[in-house]
Amino acid sequence: MVVEKTIEKLDEVKSRLGRSLGTPMRLRDLIRQVRAARTMAEERAVVDREAANIRETFRDDDSPWKCRNIAKLLYIHMLGYPAHFGQMECMKLVAQPRFTDKRIGYLGAMLLLDERSEVHLLVTNSLKNDLNSSTQFVTGLALCTLGSICSAEMCRDLAGEVERLVKSSNTYIKKKAALCAFRIVRKVPDLMEMFISCTRSLLGEKNHGVLMGGITLVTEMCERSPDVLNHFRKLVPNLVRILKNLLMSGYSPEHDVTGISDPFLQIKILKLLRILGRNDAECSETMNDILAQVATNTETSKNVGNAILYETVLTIMEIRSESGLRVLAINILGRFLLNPDKNIRYVALNTLLKTVNIDYNAVQRHRTIVVDCLKDPDVSIRKRAMELCFALINQTNITNMTKEILIFLETADPEFKSECASKMYVATERYSPNFRWHLDTMVKVLKLSGNYVPEEVVSCMIQLVSSHSELQTYAALQLFRAAQEDVVNAQPLLQVAFWTIGEFGDLLLQSQEDDGARVAESDVLDVFERILPSTLSAPTTKAYGLTALAKLATRFQQSSSRIIGLIRQHGSHLQLELQQRSVEFARLLERDELKYGLLERMPVITANSLNSAAAPMVNDISNDNGGDNLLSEINSITRGNVQHPPAASHSDDLLGLMDVGGSSTMPTSAPNGMAQMKGGANLLGDLLGDSGPPPTSQPVSHQQQLGHSSVGGAMDGGMDIFADLGGAPSNNPSSSSMTALSANGLLVKFDFERPTQPNFPVVVRMNATNSTSTPIENFVFQAAVTKAFQVEMMPPSGSTIPSSGHGAVSQLIKITRLSEGQPLRMRLKANYSQNGQTQAIQGEVNKFPEFW
Amino acid sequence: MLQFMLLFSRQGKLRLQKWYTAYQDKMKKKITRELVTTILTRKPKMCAFLEYKELKVVYKRYASLYFCCAVEETDNELMCLEVIHRYVELLDKYFGSVCELDIIFNFEKAYFILDEFLLAGEIQETSKKQVLKAIAAQDLLQEEETPQGFFEDHGLG
Repeated sequence: MVVEKTIEKLDEVKSRLGRSLGTPMRLRDLIRQVRAARTMAEERAVVDREAANIRETFRDDDSPWKCRNIAKLLYIHMLGYPAHFGQMECMKLVAQPRFTDKRIGYLGAMLLLDERSEVHLLVTNSLKNDLNSSTQFVTGLALCTLGSICSAEMCRDLAGEVERLVKSSNTYIKKKAALCAFRIVRKVPDLMEMFISCTRSLLGEKNHGVLMGGITLVTEMCERSPDVLNHFRKLVPNLVRILKNLLMSGYSPEHDVTGISDPFLQIKILKLLRILGRNDAECSETMNDILAQVATNTETSKNVGNAILYETVLTIMEIRSESGLRVLAINILGRFLLNPDKNIRYVALNTLLKTVNIDYNAVQRHRTIVVDCLKDPDVSIRKRAMELCFALINQTNITNMTKEILIFLETADPEFKSECASKMYVATERYSPNFRWHLDTMVKVLKLSGNYVPEEVVSCMIQLVSSHSELQTYAALQLFRAAQEDVVNAQPLLQVAFWTIGEFGDLLLQSQEDDGARVAESDVLDVFERILPSTLSAPTTKAYGLTALAKLATRFQQSSSRIIGLIRQHGSHLQLELQQRSVEFARLLERDELKYGLLERMPVITANSLNSAAAPMVNDISNDNGGDNLLSEINSITRGNVQHPPAASHSDDLLGLMDVGGSSTMPTSAPNGMAQMKGGANLLGDLLGDSGPPPTSQPVSHQQQLGHSSVGGAMDGGMDIFADLGGAPSNNPSSSSMTALSANGLLVKFDFERPTQPNFPVVVRMNATNSTSTPIENFVFQAAVTKAFQVEMMPPSGSTIPSSGHGAVSQLIKITRLSEGQPLRMRLKANYSQNGQTQAIQGEVNKFPEFW
Repeated sequence: MLQFMLLFSRQGKLRLQKWYTAYQDKMKKKITRELVTTILTRKPKMCAFLEYKELKVVYKRYASLYFCCAVEETDNELMCLEVIHRYVELLDKYFGSVCELDIIFNFEKAYFILDEFLLAGEIQETSKKQVLKAIAAQDLLQEEETPQGFFEDHGLG
């Protein structure tokens, strides 16, 4: 104690003496001062003062204290204060001959610089110098720095040096150089070739460090290039031998970890074997025995052993291994699942998820344990378990699994709820025993997931109810009961309920509970009265509600005044959409001759994205698209759509719907009367069904609103598809393109998507660009065909084409052949105004590719 | 491949940071802040793994210090725990029953040790002896060139 105190005193005296002689503060004094600071402000003051001192001394180039100052700066940097003014000084320090300077200088470079730094040329030069140093540790420092912060440029500049060092006879340098080469290959794969020849010899080394580096490098190269992978396949026997030696060799203190010989190296080898054995029966055969040996002989009482087993299982499952070996691997996972160690259980769940596609039944056996993991307090484990649960649901276990998932959902974190809701929809859609059960389950899911339910699920639910006419009464009653409860926290549920109640209000009144109780009109309106004015209700929900009320006005006999009152309440709503709906509906309801026709039941809504995702995938291309769709988390629809006309034409229906809701600028006229053209109005007619009176021009807008609100979700899907069709240039071989019109700087091009089946329409994508310096406005494109064909124009992406090719207007045209024989001929017309002048261009296209 | 390694105290103070992939400074601070808060709120009995963006984060607490590594999707999490443990062993051997204060006052040494153990985010040397030997030899080089007189205090001090 006394001695320590004396030393401390002496140290303090020395420090003060030093300061009075003009020496900068020592590193440990700075650290002490910072630690002594009681508040953040005090700390900042200490740091600011010292940072200023350091800056000051940086001006003096020959200061012998530079090294110390950089060290202090690095400490300041770690505290989170700016320290980048030291970058240049680090590089100066590195150029000094002293080892201390270089050591601190390179440490500073690694911490303060990164790949994007401006002083790169300087760094590259210093590294080049030091890579050639005669002191191995200086070379080592340079290699280490290169491994940390090298940019693509640096890789190119220094790859030659590194390659030379990989061949060095000094193992200390060799192992570092091998890892630098790994880093270079990862950063700039083009440079791989220069390392291939020198890499092979690395695997013949005895030194474990060099072996580690060599295997890491080979692994990286094999993952980057199939050719290299083939080249290195012949290494399998060498690797097997190395692994065997590790297992057989007795205790070696240098590499022993709790009784296991160099687990780090074992795992590296196992991983490389996995890559080499993938899809190669011969290699897999060669490693079969050794894998079995590792899997059976590894001691599992410690984490290290389990780490090796984990890697072994992954390798066994991924290569072409024998079935006996696979059983062994699955059993290891089973043991992992029962392990009291959480880490091991996590790993087991993770691996089962990876292997579920390879050996479904084996994973299925562990279902009960997986389900138990849903209750784990640890979020990491719950997340893994949930994903695995959904992978394990099938026809036979869905009722049981659903029970467990609903229990899980009750207390799940918000992040899980949304994912769980859409996955539940997909699972129930695919495996439900019957519709009634499907609906009941989804109502529960919607209740439990509350406001986290994604929009897509809402539109799918609506579609579900719409397409099952036999159970609409039941659905209306159940959803009404659900809405009666206090569910303001479940807006999506309310939206589905409102839609259903509105559509099937009449059925709701006829329905009967088990005990014979009936629903009265006033009960239904009570729900609307409670929810519509609430500030907790989302505007979308209110919009659904208003539409439902309008529909109910034609389905309920006694309460029309109350309904109109409710609708009128929103006549001055701040939300423009609601206000407009309210006013329009109120007006509409006054017109008895129109309202019954317009507020008819919607036609059955056909499949949308989530549904097609859930449908079993039988060689059907459009369903295939749905599958992609699911993978990309429902929202974004992949390019696949562009490539398969059946899918594209299916989505065009949705497009039509969208058209009904939104755009008002659509070309519908057919010049010359040569062909029948179907536009938005016709589609609308289809939507309404035949029984309604012919829509006059004014109420159409109401109807558009209706269509808009009721199929919101389906429409979103349509828009996505539209964006995709309109945006991404399709580069698939079955498409071709041609110039249709070209005049006065206006260029109209056609891209064709060939139909895959003879009776499908050809989808032509019209793309109009403008190479003049003034924009083209009010652009309307028209097309007509001979009688043997039918043409259908989809709404264009806009009516203005920006100048100088900075944008385009695109429009989809569907052409269907009605009778055989005649070639396709098309007459085109483009009307637009430019510089205030109206222009009209006409043209004819008589040569089309052979489509049918 | 390791993406980065962070050492921080129970109070959330950063003690060491090593980045093997390039991130913007702002991003580094954000990741550090988020991970430190998440890990500190996790209960001791929970598993050592976290999913953070597309990375897997593996952490372990030793006395008052948390060691936290981010690895790629294909890396072995259990092995990463061993890497952390090996690093702790190396620190322990070097400092002689290491404590947080050793790392605070000798942070540069902690970096040097890490750089002899890992390189470019991969394990460079699996022998403890070799790592410590390399460090000792470099320390000696440093000592030899530093005058140890009372007034000529040229070292880091």
